[in-house]
Amino acid sequence: MLLEINNLHANVEGNEILKGINLKVNAGEVHAIMGPNGSGKSTLASVLAGKEEYEVTEGEVLYNGKNLLELSTEDRAREGVFLAFQYPVEIPGVSNTNLLKTAVNEIRKYRGEEELDSMDFLSLLKEKSKLVELDQKFLSRAVNEGFSGGEKKRNEIFQMAVLNPKLSILDETDSGLDIDALRIVANGVNKLKTKENATIVVTHYQRLLDYIIPDFVHVLYKGKIVKSGGKELALELEEKGYDWVKSDKAEAVV
Amino acid sequence: MENKTDIKQYFINQFDEFEKSLNGEKSSDFHKVRKDAISKFAKLTFPTQKDEEWKYTNVSSLLKHNFSPVPVKENVSSETINKFLFDKMEHSLLVFVNGNFSSELSKLIDIPKGVVIGSLAEALKNNNPIVKKHLGKYAENDNYFFTTLSSAFTKDGAFIYVPDGKVVEDPIHIIFITKSGSEKILTQPRNLFVAGKNSEVTIIEHYVSDEDSIYFTNSVTEIVADENAIVDHIKLQEESNKAFHIARMEVDQERSSNFSSHLISHGAEISRNDFNAKFNDDGSECMLNGLFMIGDEQLFDAHTMIDHAKPHCNSHEHYKGILQDKSKGVFNGKVMVRQDAQKTNAFQQNNTILLSDDAVMNTKPQLEIFADDVKCSHGATIGKLNDEAKFYLKSRGIGEDAATAILIHAFASDVITSIKIPALRDYLEEIITKRFNQ
Repeated sequence: MLLEINNLHANVEGNEILKGINLKVNAGEVHAIMGPNGSGKSTLASVLAGKEEYEVTEGEVLYNGKNLLELSTEDRAREGVFLAFQYPVEIPGVSNTNLLKTAVNEIRKYRGEEELDSMDFLSLLKEKSKLVELDQKFLSRAVNEGFSGGEKKRNEIFQMAVLNPKLSILDETDSGLDIDALRIVANGVNKLKTKENATIVVTHYQRLLDYIIPDFVHVLYKGKIVKSGGKELALELEEKGYDWVKSDKAEAVV
Repeated sequence: MENKTDIKQYFINQFDEFEKSLNGEKSSDFHKVRKDAISKFAKLTFPTQKDEEWKYTNVSSLLKHNFSPVPVKENVSSETINKFLFDKMEHSLLVFVNGNFSSELSKLIDIPKGVVIGSLAEALKNNNPIVKKHLGKYAENDNYFFTTLSSAFTKDGAFIYVPDGKVVEDPIHIIFITKSGSEKILTQPRNLFVAGKNSEVTIIEHYVSDEDSIYFTNSVTEIVADENAIVDHIKLQEESNKAFHIARMEVDQERSSNFSSHLISHGAEISRNDFNAKFNDDGSECMLNGLFMIGDEQLFDAHTMIDHAKPHCNSHEHYKGILQDKSKGVFNGKVMVRQDAQKTNAFQQNNTILLSDDAVMNTKPQLEIFADDVKCSHGATIGKLNDEAKFYLKSRGIGEDAATAILIHAFASDVITSIKIPALRDYLEEIITKRFNQ
């Protein structure tokens, strides 16, 4: 098993957002986590990536059998966890190439591999940038600075392609995208899919799942997974809306 | 040693010694200038924090040492000098060892006819008319304690004269190296750079030491950019971390001239920089950029003044600081827009990053505007590295140290990229990497 989340509780500024998440992800699977705004989707993504503002109060996360929560953010990335940000950060003065070169080499160092030489690195960038139809000129530009919404999301998937993670978490990667950008992003994700890696797609909308077909769909509501099923669950949600889950959940509690 | 000296009396006494070392030169016309200065010096008082201009900068630790103002001859190997050269850059090089010009270590390459690049001592000896006309005319002694000290002990420094219409293609690199050994010495380079009408020149003033010793550099640089001249000036301060560095630069800009300056500073225990530029006529442009990186208990102080005395001039000033440990930074930037100076464009900014809770920054961006049709802005920020950006980098597998270094490079990048010499940019990137990623 690649990822196992057991009874995960997490707080932000003293408020409990995650209230006992259970989730199992195997290599080769695509999981979609859906839910209304404020249900805790992004919190879950951030906790998995190691964002410091989130305090885990209970539960455990096992990744490849290791206690993920004990690892620093950078070590999680070096172990193969990748978060595609909902709001990618602009970093003026740092080029995409510089970021990726440093990242690739730090990861290789961690794994006891030799640094990539410049030629090999550049051809890797070239190859992967095609995957998300990212123009070469983006490589020398500052990270996300002045990028359009679509360019930022494509850049996230481009980084994912270069870093070649085992577990990718896409946090609302579809939000704000036009249909072309959505197709390009989804296409990139699909091409990167192998039997060895897994993807967690966090989204509010079903539409992305027309392009990235999930093996499992989970509905997150008020910090808990209240429903799990196959890809048809997403369609059902789209049709009936989140109110259906909310009322269902209310009934279940009663 | 710990006794505070009466610094004035000390230097007045030293002046006799100094005069003796001048031999026949003390009968020259120029020696009157020195004598006037030493009598003026006797009337000035050592700056303390009670002076507005020295409010945040305590230089009283200077008084703990008796620095000898009579230059000590030392030999420095060319290998030592090579450490401070910029890779793959062929350029003219002037080297001053303990304030004395070294012709053995210097070299001149492709100098157009009529251009003078050399030592001020030589020019003084030859009664150079350009020196006579300009030296001491911009950096007036007035109430400048340290300038007056420099005037009294003026002996050598770099002198560059580019006649009208001449273009010096390659940068001129001037290295001031101090090798003090057991003796605590004071070196006082007195530099004069005169760029004639329609001329072009790039000058790098580079203060270095490869020792960890205590010494005092007190430099004064006067720059004249005549009509339509383009002068690019870079000062790189890499003194010993125990040294004192006090420097003044005065720039006189004539019609349509373009002056740009970069100050990169990371050495010295205490460094104080007075940079003043004055627009004497219409249509000129002035850029003052700076980057200071200090740690331990270092202190860096920049006092700048851009005087918009005439209309249609543009100035751009951007100083950036990176402070570690218990270091202290001071920025006091003044832009004066006088009544005549309509259509002035003036931009001034100071940004500082504090990497430690114990570091302190005092910043005072000042605008004084007496004209009514101008565009001016100024501002200052003091903050930490962006946590969001750091998290983003870490989430890509980049460790704490490397992430910090990347963000510092990024913070410094706009000052560094505005330097036009690629080899120098690389040299500076290397300094940042050494400082923050080891």
